[in-house]
Amino acid sequence: MRAFEYVPAKTVAEATSLLAEKGDQAKPLAGGTDLIVMVRENRRQLERMVDIKDLSETNVLSYSPDTGLSLGAAVPCHKIYADDAISAAYPGLIDAAKIIGGTAIQGRASVGGNLCNASPAADMIPPLIVLGAICVIAGPNGSTREVPVEQFCTAPGRTVLEKGELLVSFEIPPPPKHSSSFYLRFIPRNEMDIAVVGAGASVVLDDTKTSFVSARIGLAAVAPTPLLADEAGASLAGKEVSDEAINAAAEAAQAIARPISDMRGEAKQRTHLVGVLTRRALNGAIQRVKEA
Amino acid sequence: MPSKVHVQTTINGEAVEYLCEPRQSLLEVLRDVLHLTGAKEGCNNGNCGACSVILDGCLVNSCLVLGAELEGKSLETIEGLAEPDQLHPIQDAFLENAALQCGICTPGFIMAAKALLDQNPNPTEYEIRYWLAGNLCRCTGYDKIVRAVQDAAQTTSSEVSA
Amino acid sequence: MAEKKDYKVVGTRPIRHDGLDKVTGRALYGADFQTVGLLHGRVLRSPHAHARIKSIDTSRAEAHPGVRAVVTAKDFPAVEDKIADLGEGAANVKDLQDNVLAGEKVLYKGHQVAAVAAIDPHTAEEALELIDVEYDVLDPVIKVRDAMQEGAPLLHEDMRTDEMGEKSDKPSNIASHFQHKQGNLDKGFDEADVVVEQEYTTETVHQGYIEPHNATALYNPDGQLTIWCSTQGAFTVREQVSEILDIPVSKVKVVPMEIGGGFGGKIQVYIKPIAAMLSMKTGKPVKVLMSRADVFEGTGPTPGSYVRVKMGATKDGRITAAEAYLAFEAGAYPGSPVGAAAFCVFSPYKVENAQVDGYDVVVNKPKTAAYRAPGATNAAFAAETVIDEICEKIGMDPLEFRILNSAKEGDIRVDGPPTPRVGFVETVEAARDHPHYLAPLEGENRGRGVASGYWPNFGMKSSVAINVTSDGTISLVEGSTDIGGTRAAVAMQAAEVLGIPAESVTPTVADTDSVGYTDVTGGSRTAFATGYAAYEAAQDVKQQMIERAAKLWEVDAGDVQFADGVFSSVNGKEQELDFKGLAARLDETGGPIVGRGTADPNQPGPSIGLHVVDVEVDPDTGKVQILRYTATQDAGKAIHPSYVEGQIQGGAVQGIGWALNEEYIYNEKGEMTNASFLDYRIPTSLDLPMIDAIIVEVPNPGHPYGVRGVGETPIIAPPAAIANAVYRAIGIRMKELPMSPGRVLKAMGKI
Ligand SMILES: Cc1cc2nc3c(=O)[nH]c(=O)nc-3n(C[C@H](O)[C@H](O)[C@H](O)COP(=O)(O)OP(=O)(O)OC[C@H]3O[C@@H](n4cnc5c(N)ncnc54)[C@H](O)[C@@H]3O)c2cc1C
Ligand code: FES
Ligand code: FES
Repeated sequence: MRAFEYVPAKTVAEATSLLAEKGDQAKPLAGGTDLIVMVRENRRQLERMVDIKDLSETNVLSYSPDTGLSLGAAVPCHKIYADDAISAAYPGLIDAAKIIGGTAIQGRASVGGNLCNASPAADMIPPLIVLGAICVIAGPNGSTREVPVEQFCTAPGRTVLEKGELLVSFEIPPPPKHSSSFYLRFIPRNEMDIAVVGAGASVVLDDTKTSFVSARIGLAAVAPTPLLADEAGASLAGKEVSDEAINAAAEAAQAIARPISDMRGEAKQRTHLVGVLTRRALNGAIQRVKEA
Repeated sequence: MPSKVHVQTTINGEAVEYLCEPRQSLLEVLRDVLHLTGAKEGCNNGNCGACSVILDGCLVNSCLVLGAELEGKSLETIEGLAEPDQLHPIQDAFLENAALQCGICTPGFIMAAKALLDQNPNPTEYEIRYWLAGNLCRCTGYDKIVRAVQDAAQTTSSEVSA
Repeated sequence: MAEKKDYKVVGTRPIRHDGLDKVTGRALYGADFQTVGLLHGRVLRSPHAHARIKSIDTSRAEAHPGVRAVVTAKDFPAVEDKIADLGEGAANVKDLQDNVLAGEKVLYKGHQVAAVAAIDPHTAEEALELIDVEYDVLDPVIKVRDAMQEGAPLLHEDMRTDEMGEKSDKPSNIASHFQHKQGNLDKGFDEADVVVEQEYTTETVHQGYIEPHNATALYNPDGQLTIWCSTQGAFTVREQVSEILDIPVSKVKVVPMEIGGGFGGKIQVYIKPIAAMLSMKTGKPVKVLMSRADVFEGTGPTPGSYVRVKMGATKDGRITAAEAYLAFEAGAYPGSPVGAAAFCVFSPYKVENAQVDGYDVVVNKPKTAAYRAPGATNAAFAAETVIDEICEKIGMDPLEFRILNSAKEGDIRVDGPPTPRVGFVETVEAARDHPHYLAPLEGENRGRGVASGYWPNFGMKSSVAINVTSDGTISLVEGSTDIGGTRAAVAMQAAEVLGIPAESVTPTVADTDSVGYTDVTGGSRTAFATGYAAYEAAQDVKQQMIERAAKLWEVDAGDVQFADGVFSSVNGKEQELDFKGLAARLDETGGPIVGRGTADPNQPGPSIGLHVVDVEVDPDTGKVQILRYTATQDAGKAIHPSYVEGQIQGGAVQGIGWALNEEYIYNEKGEMTNASFLDYRIPTSLDLPMIDAIIVEVPNPGHPYGVRGVGETPIIAPPAAIANAVYRAIGIRMKELPMSPGRVLKAMGKI
């Protein structure tokens, strides 16, 4: 591991200027579960790590049924699932928070870090996508901008963040009536594994809970970035809840998957799994609405 | 710029000061600087849990924390668990249940089990297995480890109710 | 010997002696060793699977601030071409040297090429990047059957096949081919009503011990070398380092630290000679640690293999003939465990007409090392699933089939020796009568499978010394490193002899200067052979104590009896002293007592087990979940039943990992792509149910308490048992390991 400098930032402004100063030789440090491994394995060389997990802005965690969830980028998984109100409102997010790494990883791993690491297989991203999360980004000189999660990653390990920019938080809209969400992934073990394929779904049903008002589907590990399967989701709007509709949506999701073969799975296997998991995610979300 | 960071922190209830390079992990600081070698390195990338410690009440892999991050924090390691005249109930349960073979994973498992029982004194078998999934043991097949944690849960929760 | 007896200590479950240190984090493992003036070494490894080394330039690394020394193969002394004994196997010294630091060629990705000592580990790592190695990259060959083809890339241009004892004249990657034969194969198959023949492949798997290899060495100007390390055998480290560096054994002292798992993988040396060479150059103690990736890429796994098995049986279930073809990957140098596979493949059964062919083949992978019953799991995966198919065809319960065909004491094995007494039938009956086997398995996509595993076990040499302490306790000095509670198992055997509690023994694992020669903790031999030596040492103590009592009571030694922990005189005076009482009076009867025991027992007594597993297969994803698992095993006599159960459970789970997910995955360049615990998937706690371990005790006549080694057998049966269960669940016979979700989906025709 090459030598670098460690600087804990005290304000967002300080963080962005510390980052801007060093360009691509500086990186924010949240839980470090991706960054420290990468630097240690020499996959990434840095002159500076800027610790951003003691800022109040990156640590917000507040939910109201009217305004939704404000989620600081540095909030670790375990804090999210410890909150009962958030768990009830966004179960798909919790599904993901509970399966990242093991318990000790969840003690550190942040949602912001998961997104900014921009792994195609990141578990948090599909649920964020299906929940319609918006990223709040701070730039140097006090600027801010907002980007929908599905537009945030641009390639494996790459994002829309520019020099000196910091992801501060997520804004997630309140869940509509008769809605719920679900995320699952396929892994060969039952824990401590990276998704071969991940699928998230959010559904809004009508008052009788028999038809879809709308649905969103998000996929991981089937393309260079996590995907919003918008046609697959849109195909369900107005349809009656049925195996037929769900299968059609799953097929539409399969159609946009462009997986590769690697040591975690073969392309054919992944495409097959997109169908399986999309069905399971949709059924899981529907089940939750019905049980509510 | 100095190459080392000065850190003031609390380890096992005692104030501790040290110097470390930013690139030194908490695991390296514990083992090489402070000579607390109870936390083990099995993988150095968060995959095995042999380096598990409890940081501000939360279970973490010390190989994925920088030593420099410890300023003002409070850390529990395996070395701080036993009283001078008495083992912690989890340590006793590991011995009674023969829940270790080579023992390299044991400090990590005991710290992970402590973090679990601190927040869930009566876990089910599934909860134990789920919580401990980040701690790899290659010797035992986990059977006796799970039983030891079940036993320790009984002891600690009956102590609390008594 | 070995009658069923009421023991006082043997068979009980005391707290292990080293337990407290291990639950408090105080036990010192190899990497925990500290000393003043310590330098840190790191090793540069080959990025290529197969390449000729054109040049190595270490000058930039040597000039890097903080670097104290750099070594390469050039720093080795010249050694002769000869075979050295490694404890559980033997190897050519030149190959050993070449594996430690590559000479002319690198033969696998991860092959050690050079090493640096520096003031701290990070500086040493920085310096590795400054070593310039020029390679001429060659085509790699990774799989055994590819390597056997004519025209395959050759690892060793001068290697000639040893074809049943004769050297062939063409260069080849096939190091040797041997054959065992008995009876008349054609006649046997003619008599069969059913014949099943299948082909199987298995991938390379690693022991996966959690502690990486480590070594600290200090070389003194007087030529004395000391090595502190984690190892399965301090003496084999001493012999190997002595051979590789051409230093007399008496000049090498190896101090075994606590060891974090080995399973056969911590016998061969990798970085220990390097630490020594770096210390020789710097005059300072040097600590070298491997990373997890180094362990996967650079240390011996157990081989991938291609196995073909053909068996015939009559309608009423008698095996008439059996044939096996075993081709094993040795890794970069000859020496796969194909020999052991050949004698295990059919050994549970009486097979009068049989033939077994074995091939030892080099490939561009790390030199294989021992791994728990090396070779037997690969072979049993094939034989035990062929048997399951036969049972299905003739409609016979697979447990009944095993009872019917079990080899009896004296039946001749295909490789020559007669079968010793072993509780095969007893383990099968224990499984048959177990609630698990009796409970019906219900539900879709679920199935139950069974399989057996057989391992001959090893004896080999051990030494023990016992010192009697005046408070009635003993200190026991042994040479077997304790990987899973053997201090307790060995101490308990001495305690039983002397009629004292297990807690009255203080066992110590000593360095090579402080205890007699002792072979590795491996081959399932420690509780058996070192236990035997402890028994002998305790007998020696007992005899000396009897003489002391005689002196005290002024009687003949022959008039002193020892029973139930009490020495008594039978001369009518009713004098009595227990062990403690007599120990307090050694000073007045002649001073200290030291008992000694050595053992090289030749009847280790095989161990056998039968495993029952219930699985559920997800037909959409191909994932196999273990629902319930029961393993029976003949332990001869379980000295400490908890640790015997632990061996059975741990071995079974390693077998489950091998069955379901573990494998080295290679890309087309011959590079392993999953060298981490995230992607080399050993089972986690969440992947498993409790493992019910059932100890069967058919005493081994070759040990005073009837002990059989238990460590290795439990890994053998799981892959076959699980494959048989998967077949019951989804109607498909898996013939490849691991039965990973992708492979199962493919076999089901879903992708
Ligand atoms: C053993 C193990 C298991 C894992 N299992 C999983 C898994 O199951 N599923 C999964 O999805 N991931 C997994 N991961 C990956 C990792 O834990 C997650 O991606 C985690 O959420 C990353 O969060 P972090 O806070 O640790 O990020 P860090 O490592 O701190 O940062 C990750 C990246 O994001 C950047 N970054 C962090 N915060 C910000 C910010 N606010 N603004 C801009 N950039 C930022 C960093 O500079 C870095 O490039 C695993 C990792 C390990 C070591
Ligand atoms: S050493 Fe930290 S998790 Fe393995
Ligand atoms: S006891 Fe050896 S790894 Fe757990």
